[in-house]
Amino acid sequence: MLSVKHLIDTTSLTADDITQILDTAKSFDPIVNARTIKKVPALRGRTIVNLFLEPSTRTLKSFELAEKRLSADSISMGGSTSSVVKGESLADTIQTIDAMNVDMFVVRARLAGTPQKITENTDAIVINGGDGKHQHPTQAMLDLYTIREHFGHLDGLKVAIVGDLAHSRVCGSLAPALKTMGADVTLVAPPTFQVGDPSWFGCNQTNHLDDVIEDMDVVYMLRVQLERMEGAAIPSRREYNRLYGLSLEREARMKPNAIICHPGPMNRGMEIDAEVADCARSRILNQVNAGVLTRMAEMYLLLGGEE
Amino acid sequence: MEQATLKAQIMDEQAMDRAITRIAHEIIEHNEGAEGIALVGIQRRGVPIAERLADKIEDIEGVRPHIGKLDISFYRDDFKRHISPVIHATEILFSIDGVDVVLVDDVLYTGRTVRSGLDALMDLGRPKTVQLAVMVDRGHRELPIRADYVGKNVPSSHEEDVRVSITPLDEVDSVEIWGIEKTVGGEQ
Repeated sequence: MLSVKHLIDTTSLTADDITQILDTAKSFDPIVNARTIKKVPALRGRTIVNLFLEPSTRTLKSFELAEKRLSADSISMGGSTSSVVKGESLADTIQTIDAMNVDMFVVRARLAGTPQKITENTDAIVINGGDGKHQHPTQAMLDLYTIREHFGHLDGLKVAIVGDLAHSRVCGSLAPALKTMGADVTLVAPPTFQVGDPSWFGCNQTNHLDDVIEDMDVVYMLRVQLERMEGAAIPSRREYNRLYGLSLEREARMKPNAIICHPGPMNRGMEIDAEVADCARSRILNQVNAGVLTRMAEMYLLLGGEE
Repeated sequence: MEQATLKAQIMDEQAMDRAITRIAHEIIEHNEGAEGIALVGIQRRGVPIAERLADKIEDIEGVRPHIGKLDISFYRDDFKRHISPVIHATEILFSIDGVDVVLVDDVLYTGRTVRSGLDALMDLGRPKTVQLAVMVDRGHRELPIRADYVGKNVPSSHEEDVRVSITPLDEVDSVEIWGIEKTVGGEQ
């Protein structure tokens, strides 16, 4: 059983919680990836509402598939189809859905703190599916799963998270979770993209990818989030690619067993070159597969721990 | 708080070995040989019992049946109360389509574990038949389920616990009855 009631951020998770999520996800692997009947009745009769107030394809579809594979009943609502656009407050929307007696909300929101706020308006369990620039804990769990599958462990691994750290909820969840599991995290970004606080979660920080790439076990490339950019944070697409993009030349300098991750969707030719995204080190599609397994584990453990 | 005290040992190593030998013979007799049989142990103690049965059947018939492991955690009907801290592997590395499957468990009690096991098995394929072998049948069924092969029938009460130990999971081979007393919290 997890030490938390809701999954809002990774900073509340203990190493035991994370290990339990990853181990449970592992036991879903043969069910989802090897069987003809890819589902189990574990959450039969439970109702889950996916409330996606911000556009998302892969996270929403990953949750929907995970829910189906656990036999839960689920419905998905988007910002444009819900009453939020008619002027209803979020609290009213939640209480209305809650009155229909649901067991869990999965929430994706533009505003940081929305999932936490929702826990105050419902008795249901809440999973944060990404809130603003704050946290994206289910992404972090699938990343840890993918990395652990390759190396067999997480402690002592050197992981570089590269790119748009300031706008990244992926980094906000992944870096602390990696630290909890004993990994050594280096944040690589131009000054305008760095996290700001030099002591942030005890991560190393640098502006130069070329200084660290040869030492890393995992190079985690973040998407440059053009839609969240305020002002001209980077001079040009080409310059960013030259200084921080993962090119074939940089890929060739990585350790023999090192891997490349990316949360998707990719800007090929910007933070990652097209050939690198498809190379043997790339674990990008493994991450997508791990997304279903780890989300199944999170929903199973959170709903099972409820009394 | 629950306090458990040992009441009696009802099977020792020899008795368990004799029961496994007899069940092996019964399985062979019922299925007219050992061809096309698979033994599937329910995690955890059904697994070593299934392995012992396979050893015996191989001794007698010269044919080793397929062996599989089945974890039923995701199929439980009471998972709100019994969330499994550790999920063990389901490992059935052969097709169960058209096979005579003998489901193996240590204790048959309410029948709910077997019910979950049947559902889990059916999601893996379509066996020709499913039979059930247990080391101990302690009664108190809540579902219309019965065992085809039983090591020992042990009448028991709800205030008792029947515990099967088997190597290599446990240190010895033994079946014991324990009395369960609910003690009031806080008292010594």
